[in-house]
Amino acid sequence: MAGGPSLMDSLFQRSLEDLIKGLRLHNLAAGTAAGTPESSTFLSKSIDEVRREIKSTDQQTKTTALQKLTYLHSLYAIDMSWAAFHAIELSSSTIFNSKRTGYLAASISFNSSTDVILLLTHQLRKDLNSGNPHEVSLALQTLSSICTPDLARDLTPELFTLLNSNKGFIKKKAIATVLRVFELYPDSVRVCFKRLVENLENADVGIVSAIVGVFCELANKEPRSYLPLAPEFYRILVDSRNNWVLIKVLKIFAKLVPLEPRLGKRVVEPICEHLRRTGAKSLAFECIRTIVCSLTQHELAVKLAAEKIREFLTEDDPNLKYLGLQALAAIAPKSLNAVVENKEVVIKSLSDEDVNIKFEALRLVMAMVSEDNVAEICRVLINYALKSDPEFCNEILGSILSTCSRNYYETIVDFDWYVSLLGEMARVPHCQKGEEIENQLVDIGMRVRDVRPEVVHVGRDLLIDPALLGNPFIHRILSAAAWVSGEYVEFCKNPFELMEALLQPRTNLLPPSVRAVYIQSAFKVLTFAAYFYFYPEEALAASISGVGESVHNGWCEQSSDSVSGQTVTFSEPDEGFNPRMLHQPQKDASGNDGKKMISDLEQVSSCSVKMGHFTKDCLVGMVNLVESTLRPMAGSHEVEIQDRVKNVLGLIELIRQEIHGCLVPKEEENDRGELKACEIVRVMHDAFSEELGPVSLSAQGRVPLPDGLELKENLSDLEAICGDFRIPVLSSFSLEKPRSLEKDVVTVSDQQNEEECEPSSESTSLLTEHRKRHGIYYLPSEKKEKVPNDYPPANDLSMQDKVNDEVDYLVKLTEKSLVPKKKPIAKPRPVVVKLDDGDRIHINETLPELKEDLISDAVQEVLLGSQAVASSSRTDKSDKSSNRRSRKETFRPLESNADSTTVEIAELGNKNSRRIKHRTHGKERSHRSSKKATGESDRSDRPNSSHPHGKHKSRQRADGMENVAAESPVIPDFLL
Amino acid sequence: MIKAVIVMNDQGKPRLVKFYSFQAVEKQHELIRSIYGVLCSRANNVSNFIKVDSLFGPDARLVYKTFATLYFIFVFDSSENELAMLDLMQVFVETLDKCFHNVCELDIIFNFNKVHSILDEIILGGQVLETNSSEVAKAAEEISKMEKHANSVTLVPSISGWSNR
Repeated sequence: MAGGPSLMDSLFQRSLEDLIKGLRLHNLAAGTAAGTPESSTFLSKSIDEVRREIKSTDQQTKTTALQKLTYLHSLYAIDMSWAAFHAIELSSSTIFNSKRTGYLAASISFNSSTDVILLLTHQLRKDLNSGNPHEVSLALQTLSSICTPDLARDLTPELFTLLNSNKGFIKKKAIATVLRVFELYPDSVRVCFKRLVENLENADVGIVSAIVGVFCELANKEPRSYLPLAPEFYRILVDSRNNWVLIKVLKIFAKLVPLEPRLGKRVVEPICEHLRRTGAKSLAFECIRTIVCSLTQHELAVKLAAEKIREFLTEDDPNLKYLGLQALAAIAPKSLNAVVENKEVVIKSLSDEDVNIKFEALRLVMAMVSEDNVAEICRVLINYALKSDPEFCNEILGSILSTCSRNYYETIVDFDWYVSLLGEMARVPHCQKGEEIENQLVDIGMRVRDVRPEVVHVGRDLLIDPALLGNPFIHRILSAAAWVSGEYVEFCKNPFELMEALLQPRTNLLPPSVRAVYIQSAFKVLTFAAYFYFYPEEALAASISGVGESVHNGWCEQSSDSVSGQTVTFSEPDEGFNPRMLHQPQKDASGNDGKKMISDLEQVSSCSVKMGHFTKDCLVGMVNLVESTLRPMAGSHEVEIQDRVKNVLGLIELIRQEIHGCLVPKEEENDRGELKACEIVRVMHDAFSEELGPVSLSAQGRVPLPDGLELKENLSDLEAICGDFRIPVLSSFSLEKPRSLEKDVVTVSDQQNEEECEPSSESTSLLTEHRKRHGIYYLPSEKKEKVPNDYPPANDLSMQDKVNDEVDYLVKLTEKSLVPKKKPIAKPRPVVVKLDDGDRIHINETLPELKEDLISDAVQEVLLGSQAVASSSRTDKSDKSSNRRSRKETFRPLESNADSTTVEIAELGNKNSRRIKHRTHGKERSHRSSKKATGESDRSDRPNSSHPHGKHKSRQRADGMENVAAESPVIPDFLL
Repeated sequence: MIKAVIVMNDQGKPRLVKFYSFQAVEKQHELIRSIYGVLCSRANNVSNFIKVDSLFGPDARLVYKTFATLYFIFVFDSSENELAMLDLMQVFVETLDKCFHNVCELDIIFNFNKVHSILDEIILGGQVLETNSSEVAKAAEEISKMEKHANSVTLVPSISGWSNR
């Protein structure tokens, strides 16, 4: 700066206009993109110039420099915090242009963390007292945008004076600024509030408009405090003809009426009057909104509002239509009739080109859903979804899902329909609601016993469609489909088809977590099939007693493979156990590779069950199919997959062994006690058929703490032990938690199984060692018999000759499976399992409530802020409740004043009002003293506070209003 | 109250940015970009509202209107009436028109200070103060007159002009 900013600089200084021209030139030259290198070099060059020029001693140069900087800051996001002091410097200039530039820069760039901001206090005070209204106005504008608690405190007296200014131009701005000051320095309320209230009666519309604006903001935060002013607002509501004012007054009443029902009776008529006469849409809409939100008890008013809403709906202006729909949505919970009357418009609006209108219409349609029309509405909506863009399509699907699942599917009677709707949704091209559909499929499967066959059916349809596997958005749905098919496999009409679907090659497109579910389901299906084979009588009995006719039939009649195009004939279809058939393939297949086997299996994988007997061929076919598909995956790098594949392979070993055994008549084997595998299959089947139900969220809490379990013990040593082990992440399904005892046994044996299958012997030995050292952290284990892996891979090539015969089975089976289930026409709604202890329900309901509570807590904190605005500067949280209480107490006397029951309190009020008058007279000096300010912020509810005024302070705000009330004779009558 | 007034052109370049509660400039420009992203995807004859809960918090509403190459955008909360805001926007544009005689984008580009002073007359601290465009234009003219004579004058004359009010 030394030789620096000279005459030359100021003479040849670029003006703001030059800068803008330069920027435009560079931007245009370099194309339209803003961030081109050329323009950014120009920018940085200009900033350097500004940095130089702003240090100039010449006011004009400095002003121009700051102007340029402000421009760049505002529109090009250039940092200007470094220039804060220059802005303050310029604001004290006597030249109006410089002053304005300084203030503008300050108001745009300052914030509460700007450290030099306090330096502005003096200048602001000076300008607030200025004789030039534009200087005053500048100061007010600046104050309202950069106000801090300190500024607010220091400038309250000046503001108070300005509230009485005889220039409307200034007064308005002072009023608007007061709002900001109240927020930041609540004690100023005591000084300024009365004057604000007085101005409500001002004849100048502009001033009244500003005042009701301020009250509207205040009432928004803590409406109760402003109830006593209701008569004033009522007068404005009746007298004023200014739409701006009326809108704000309506907004205030919308907040006040819910607090004081008697108020509603008074205001409803004037509001309807305005609604009838006004031509201004804004005012009409505000009237409607006030009625539908706050005056719903007044039927005539609601009716009128509904009429007017219909006018809005029929307008061409999309804005009015949109707002009309919004109002209709607001009225829906109270008067569904109004919505139904406009059903046609609403449905039409679904295909409006305007996104806003479409969304709003969708909301309304969902509000109309009831038990009777849910199917119809969903049908219409799904059709819309198919036609609309992805975003809206998913919005539709989402709202169907959330509406139908509301409160345990209370609107759904026909669950079969709903489940098939879910399946249909999965096939909507843009569907991205996989997760939600997944949850509901599983949830319904668990809760609604009667619908399980349909769930399985829908699941099957989804699983066998190879096209769906290519769409990542519905992988979650497929996961649910696989899960229900496995879990409720007893309802499955054709387990072979299901097994093939679960193992089809395209499943490699699935993410590992979903694939793991597929494999687990295959595991369950296999277990079930094996059980059926080993214990046909039991299975039959179970299916008759427990599962029902259709399923029984499905299993006991022939099942077929609908996928296979070729026909395969069994040479001796009726002969269930033919040893030759088993041995023959062994020879043929020995040289075959897995792939060949799969293709063969696909042809042959059908079974014949005769009178409940599940042939060995069927089982062998299935076992081979599973094995050939899963064997290669045993080395998968995904823990989840590897885990489950090993489980399945283990089971296969068992079954193989057993099938061998079955060559000999069963009874003998039983006698010999060699049927361990059978037993295991039975145990596993029992475990899997154990019903999984919804678990109460609080279930864990009700489990008594076992003796000797130290939950609070430091677990750092455990961490050290587990540190080198990768903890497998649980996959999406946590539904298998509530296992029975039997299941636990299975889990243990499964675990062993896995461990034994551990490919690397090194890691196995490490594990054993680890177990030896830290045995206490392991589950207790028993020795399990090792299954020899010497069973020769079976081959079904031999079954070729049987293929032809299968056609019949196929036909019969499809007949069977395609026959629509007979169901009574008026089907009663199936039972939806809810946890009867009510805990879940309770939690389900309290969860959102809890959230709301948090929200309202947050609101209350804001309210506290405004309460503090209204009454005192209390910030101590612990005082919150007591503060509220005390304030409510102060209002009671006011309302009962007219009953003249509590004369004493009224007297107290008067006394206080006198006090407050006194205080306001002494206002400025006393408030400026910082000692006083600290005293006040220290003040709390302690009644014995040594501070002389402490006792009354929390009430003073209210007293201020009582004071007003006392002056205005209308109040007591009004509220009665 | 009104949270922000933004004027930008149809290429998303901001021409006037005024936030009534402090926002860092970077954040301001981020918001402007997001708004523009939504705006330019909207057809011509659709409603003038945009859902901005995700940008400005719950309860926030946004109305916009296109005038020639410019988008005028008001962001506000539930204390304001949506249709009244559209009217206010009209007042603002009318005032600009009065002050610049057939306002166009260039006027707004080159009169950064004046546009600000016009807006400040209409809205102060998020509160609507003046809805009469002639009054606003008058005040804005007075301010620019004072700025022009600023170098030499001590501003006394204009005071007398105001004391008559």
